Amino acid sequence: MTIKTDKEPAMRADREADLAEVRKEILDKYPVKVARRRAKQIVVNKVAPDGTVPEILSNTRTIPGILTMRGCAYAGCKGVVLGPTRDILQITHGPIGCGFYSWLTRRNQTRPERSEDQNFMTYAMSTDMQEEEIIFGGEKKLKKAIEEAIELFHPKAIGIFSTCPVGLIGDDIHAVAREMEEKYPDVNIFGFSCEGYKGVSQSAGHHIANNKVFTEVVGQLETPKEGRFRLNILGEYNIGGDAFEIERITDKCGLTLHSTFSGNSVYDEFASAHTADLNVLMCHRSINYMAEMMEKRYGIPWLKINFIGANATAKSLRKIAAYFDDQGLKDAVEKVISEEMEEVEKVRLEVRQRCEGKLAMLFVGGSRAHHYQELFAEIGMKTISAGYEFGHRDDYEGRKVIPSIVMDADTRNIEELTVGPDAERYRPRKGPEELEDLRDKGAVFSEYEGMMAEMDENTLVIDDLNHHEMEVLIERYKPDVFCAGIKEKYVIQKAGIPLKQLHSYDYSGPYAGFRGAVNFYREIDRMVNSHIFRFVKAPWQENPELSGSYGWNE
Amino acid sequence: MLLRHTPETNTEKTALTVNPAKTCQPVGAMYAALGIHNCLPHSHGSQGCCAYHRSALTRHYKDPIMATTSSFTEGASVFGGQANLMESIHNIFTIYSPDIIAVHTTCLSEVIGDDLKQIINKAAAEGKIPAGKRVIHTNTPSFKGSHVTGFANMTQSMVQYLSESTGKKTGRINVIPGFVEPSDMEEIKRIAAEMGVKTVVFPDTSGVVNSPLEGKFRMYPKGGTVVEDIISAGDSTATLALGRLASLPAAKLLDTKCKVPLFPLDLPIGLRATDAFVDQLRKTAGVSVPESIMVERGQVVDVLTDMHQYFYRKTAALVGDPDHLVSLVQFLTDLDMKITSVVTGTPGGPKFEKAVRACTGDETFVKSGAGADMFLFHQLVKQRKPDLIFGNTYAKYIARDEDIPLIRIGFPIYDRVGHQYFPIVGYRGALRLLEKILTALLDRQDRDAPEESFELVM
Repeated sequence: MTIKTDKEPAMRADREADLAEVRKEILDKYPVKVARRRAKQIVVNKVAPDGTVPEILSNTRTIPGILTMRGCAYAGCKGVVLGPTRDILQITHGPIGCGFYSWLTRRNQTRPERSEDQNFMTYAMSTDMQEEEIIFGGEKKLKKAIEEAIELFHPKAIGIFSTCPVGLIGDDIHAVAREMEEKYPDVNIFGFSCEGYKGVSQSAGHHIANNKVFTEVVGQLETPKEGRFRLNILGEYNIGGDAFEIERITDKCGLTLHSTFSGNSVYDEFASAHTADLNVLMCHRSINYMAEMMEKRYGIPWLKINFIGANATAKSLRKIAAYFDDQGLKDAVEKVISEEMEEVEKVRLEVRQRCEGKLAMLFVGGSRAHHYQELFAEIGMKTISAGYEFGHRDDYEGRKVIPSIVMDADTRNIEELTVGPDAERYRPRKGPEELEDLRDKGAVFSEYEGMMAEMDENTLVIDDLNHHEMEVLIERYKPDVFCAGIKEKYVIQKAGIPLKQLHSYDYSGPYAGFRGAVNFYREIDRMVNSHIFRFVKAPWQENPELSGSYGWNE
Repeated sequence: MLLRHTPETNTEKTALTVNPAKTCQPVGAMYAALGIHNCLPHSHGSQGCCAYHRSALTRHYKDPIMATTSSFTEGASVFGGQANLMESIHNIFTIYSPDIIAVHTTCLSEVIGDDLKQIINKAAAEGKIPAGKRVIHTNTPSFKGSHVTGFANMTQSMVQYLSESTGKKTGRINVIPGFVEPSDMEEIKRIAAEMGVKTVVFPDTSGVVNSPLEGKFRMYPKGGTVVEDIISAGDSTATLALGRLASLPAAKLLDTKCKVPLFPLDLPIGLRATDAFVDQLRKTAGVSVPESIMVERGQVVDVLTDMHQYFYRKTAALVGDPDHLVSLVQFLTDLDMKITSVVTGTPGGPKFEKAVRACTGDETFVKSGAGADMFLFHQLVKQRKPDLIFGNTYAKYIARDEDIPLIRIGFPIYDRVGHQYFPIVGYRGALRLLEKILTALLDRQDRDAPEESFELVM
């Protein structure tokens, strides 16, 4: 069973605006140099019959002085990728701020199996560097901090995260990690050079995180989980319990989820992730590096999947079942889909009556601006403009453009690992004939389509949206809902338009999988049809003209 | 148990901070800058800092927090941030048109040693600052002090760059309200107005970070101290500096630079500190305290005596910022409560400890600065099992684990509303605090009472 999402006109007639004009309005306000650059990052979507889409400039420097949505490499590395892991003890090496701001604010949920299991999620640890460490170096304090952390918490692994000043003063966190590991051989200690100034956004931090987790953690343990169909999910961070819902579904289908990178995850699962038979990629932006490296070194193929949206979840489950090519699994998957879809359909049809034709805009993270369009489509809503905060061209145009992406200085500064097959452990999970056969049946490996191919024509795709552009968009289109993050939330709401945070879900969720879809339908219904925004204008503002009325007339 | 790895016995830590009871300078500087009308705060460093500070302030106030960044990349870190700041200034005035840009530094720009004053002068010389517009700056290295220090530094820079003495006195009184909520700044203005005192209150974030929803986004909301008022602060009669850490540096500079005499006071939280504030305002401005203020005061004393049995000998542990803690401790001990421990990550120095001990005596554990984190605070709570905890939102993990009610005070508060709208300063603020404390204590008694002693009237 699949939900029908018919193609409809991109915009309601009364809201149609000339896209070129909007683009001009946006660019007119900028100094010439800024306008020239932004022009390449604001694209009217066109999809050629062969799927080709226009080129868009992305993953490029943030303009100094622009009100940006972006964060930094440290946030991408410590906050996004490593943050959701509960038993790797994480020490921020730097002054107190960075450690403080990344303390619990990503809202990663985790569920230790037993109450005595290690869980450092609620702890923020920092070397709180003071002026003297800036002047004389902070390595000594870092070593001491590691000793103290081991004494207090007895972790099996410690991650060290560099902040801006650490890179400048030249503390060698990797040498400290090696030295301390010699002293404490039972603890795996590794460092991330994720100084905030690296790269142009959080994206640099994801890459740095992937590299280190791959070289220092993956492959450290040979303890495969039991099960016939064993897979890892990459790029699922368990915001609002998404990973819990995905685990529920995969369990029900009879799949064995070996590890999730990194929602609700533990060190041992990362360390033995190379024993699984398939990698599926949810947020390709943050972690495609890991999928690729695991394929090269261990022979694990990867597929792009998406568990955001009921249709997308069903499609992804079928993709996985097709890969394992087992009739029993395929039957189980179909049974789960039809069971789960019953409730989904009921709510969806009810909600669709009230949401049909309404307009959404999505400007979030790496893949969410893409994935969430599925959910909106399922309740008949149109995405009229979208873009990524830290995407690369392949996120927009599809993975096939990677060879044509020009390397710039900021990207070159991020280490690129050269990975070859592991002498003993490289084991192709499928033979060449099997792969060919699967491809013939429609399986697509090592590939993802970008956002633009799946968006309607004549929608506006904007990379690295900033405040001014956001204001023009809401003024011109008056969308029914806008999706972004906490910094944007109240700006949009002051204009009387509801904003849905897709980084924290506004402390609701899960939105992944089948039950997540139901939650999202209801949530969007609440937002776009609620009464509250009708109170924005006082009655006397709606009808300001005065007319006399006297008691004795009535 | 959410913090199950925290042992009860104190552990000596000299290098590792666990669950900090402070954060870094720039966030305080950004908050202070928002207290100038038509001001755009600017963070000079890599963009992550700015994103974190905007997020923290947005989550706390649930309101738009606008601020720009120099967006350093590796190149700027090596070659210096001058080009980035020059470009920022040009872009900001062209696109967002503020009256004033308030720049603060970050770890990064401090370590590379960017000379902000020189860059701003160069921007002015090259015509990048339009006529009538201003750029000010403050140094906020994150490896010194805390968010409180950052607030103090930005407030001091307002005086440094703007305040002037023309020799012609305005007869107004400056009030530097300290690192308090917009609701508190509003209340301070209200009390002064009620007493008929003309004031210059700066910074003043009321109306900026608690602005109404009107169907239109305003980049610069109606609130904030106008630049002209900060300039004229140099011609005021006197300055009342509320809170030693957050407000004294600016007040002292006003004294040195413009010869405006200063009166240091505690934050007017609780009865006695508010009395001191009102009394100083009265004396300095030469007015008498009106009946309306006396009524407000009397109501506080009334509740306090009516409910004294519920406060008497109850114990409390406090974690937060030094200026708040000093006044809170005084208020709680005036209610005959006992203070078990007081912790702040901000270095408060011996004066802080002395001020706390003056109220509590020697049995209270007091620690500020290095080694004073929430991990330590939690251990103290485990050992001394107070009846109440006072702290910011992060203390809720301790409160849940130890099953002790939490009164949310300070920064940040991410999980409740009210601090934006209801003051804790002044007599009305004292009333609100009393209500919060009583509700917590009485709710607890209701929850724990055996059925035969479950009381209807309390």
